[in-house]
Amino acid sequence: MKKEYVKPYIKKQTAGVMNKFGVTYNKGHREEIEGVPVAQITDKFGSPVFVLSEKIIRERYRTIYSYFSSKYPKAKMSWSYKTNYLDAVCSVLHQEGETAEVVSDFEYQKARRLGVPGNKIIYNGPYKPLESIVTALKEGAMVNLDNFDEIIKAEEAAKSLGKKFPVGIRVTMDTGVYPQWSRFGFVIENGNAFNAVKRIQHSDYLRLEGIHCHIGTFMLEPNAYKEAVKKVVQLMRKIEKEFEISVSYLDFGGGFPSRNKLKGTYLPPEVSVQPVENFIDAVADTLMEELEPKEYPEVYLETGRAIVDEAGWLITTVDAVKRLPDGTKSYIIDAGVNLLYTSAWYNYHVEIDREIRGAYENSIIYGPLCMNIDVVVESAFLPPLPKGTRLILSPMGAYNMTQWMQFIRYRPAVAMIMTDRSVEQIRRPETLQDIVGPESVPAKLKKFNFKE
Amino acid sequence: MDRDKLAVLAISESGFIFDPVTGHSYTANSTGLRILELLKDGKDMEGVKSAMADEYEAGEDELSVDINDFIENLKKYFLL
Ligand SMILES: Cc1ncc(COP(=O)(O)O)c(C=O)c1O
Repeated sequence: MKKEYVKPYIKKQTAGVMNKFGVTYNKGHREEIEGVPVAQITDKFGSPVFVLSEKIIRERYRTIYSYFSSKYPKAKMSWSYKTNYLDAVCSVLHQEGETAEVVSDFEYQKARRLGVPGNKIIYNGPYKPLESIVTALKEGAMVNLDNFDEIIKAEEAAKSLGKKFPVGIRVTMDTGVYPQWSRFGFVIENGNAFNAVKRIQHSDYLRLEGIHCHIGTFMLEPNAYKEAVKKVVQLMRKIEKEFEISVSYLDFGGGFPSRNKLKGTYLPPEVSVQPVENFIDAVADTLMEELEPKEYPEVYLETGRAIVDEAGWLITTVDAVKRLPDGTKSYIIDAGVNLLYTSAWYNYHVEIDREIRGAYENSIIYGPLCMNIDVVVESAFLPPLPKGTRLILSPMGAYNMTQWMQFIRYRPAVAMIMTDRSVEQIRRPETLQDIVGPESVPAKLKKFNFKE
Repeated sequence: MDRDKLAVLAISESGFIFDPVTGHSYTANSTGLRILELLKDGKDMEGVKSAMADEYEAGEDELSVDINDFIENLKKYFLL
């Protein structure tokens, strides 16, 4: 009888470093996602495939909202479309009660088409075409203005509609974090924000209703939110006193981190990333300290990543195994950086779909693009993976399914595991027609002359 | 393939390998040891593969990928 085969290895013993001799068993393998076998998903949708969990999206939202609303009486949340604007994802969050936070006319139209009324939309961003401001004002959206030119544009829009509209301003400030997102909004410290309000209040067509800020994304320091709340509340008081108005909403944007390992960090995310509750404490506790009960404005959070990132995975397949000239083990998989925008700053968690015996090695995972930059995971400690092994990469839910690009290959299917564990396709794989549809060839270019 | 370096290796059955020339030591698992032996015996890659296919429960394709990888590793360690 033949002997059981284990992949061969030889390893050099290094002085001073403990060498564990023998076969390592991978205990970290994963055969299912949210109760659904990986193989069942790939049988149905192929590989690669993005997978989202309805249950986890709802749970993450509820955890954040219920904690926030238990600490602040007028807590509101608005779904940051750019983080993941697949219709099914937005629908889950709208069912939970979140309004839509959009930053372009395209996102605005997408939310309206999905059935979100204008007055349940927050319209942010540094560039808003005039017509889109007209539509947003007319439909009752909350429009947060970014700069002086935009105040003038909004005034023109309101004037064309013949009445006075409430608007908000986006502000920026030093919260002690680097880099400061100073290019968005009016600066608080140098009086710029105050002047913006002055300009708005002098207009016959605009009046100030709210103040918005978003201090950055993947913030690691809750104290930055304390600073933001203090400075915004101070500004609000000053404005209310000076112009005898009452500000009805404050919006502290998004930016809470997910449990993801940033490149260049050495600690695992469980240690380096504080729980989301600490960030909500920073916002809500500071509000309660700074505000009198009679003043309580509505307070919005536009949390994106912290809700959806950990609700997403990518299932991908090892297509080839290669040892690089310097001896490093490498794998080529069927999904590349064109699909994985966040691979630039995350070191994804890599899980394999089966138990594989053999010595672990630091390995590089390359995508399928014919481009040197196509490195999906720079370093993963993996047993020897045979061709065909499925890798489950995570977290994937935030920013990939919006910032992915069609480049060299088609974008794959996105599946959603529903709360009853059924699996639905929420975006089909792209076809040639999806890509060439918008193209046209001038008549004189239609005939080819290949040389013999 | 230059097998002079392989020829001098002291290989214990438990998988401990000592290179008296450089003083380096290595560990290998049972299949790794078997490939080393076959190489020491003068087999080429094809020969190693067919011997392994006779002895182990493994397909030829998987074996050729793995043996190739193993040999690359030996080169990395300057053992080949
Ligand atoms: C205005 C605004 N709100 C909300 C978000 C969502 O941020 P995050 O996904 O970091 O929570 C962003 C993202 O950059 C943003 O620009």
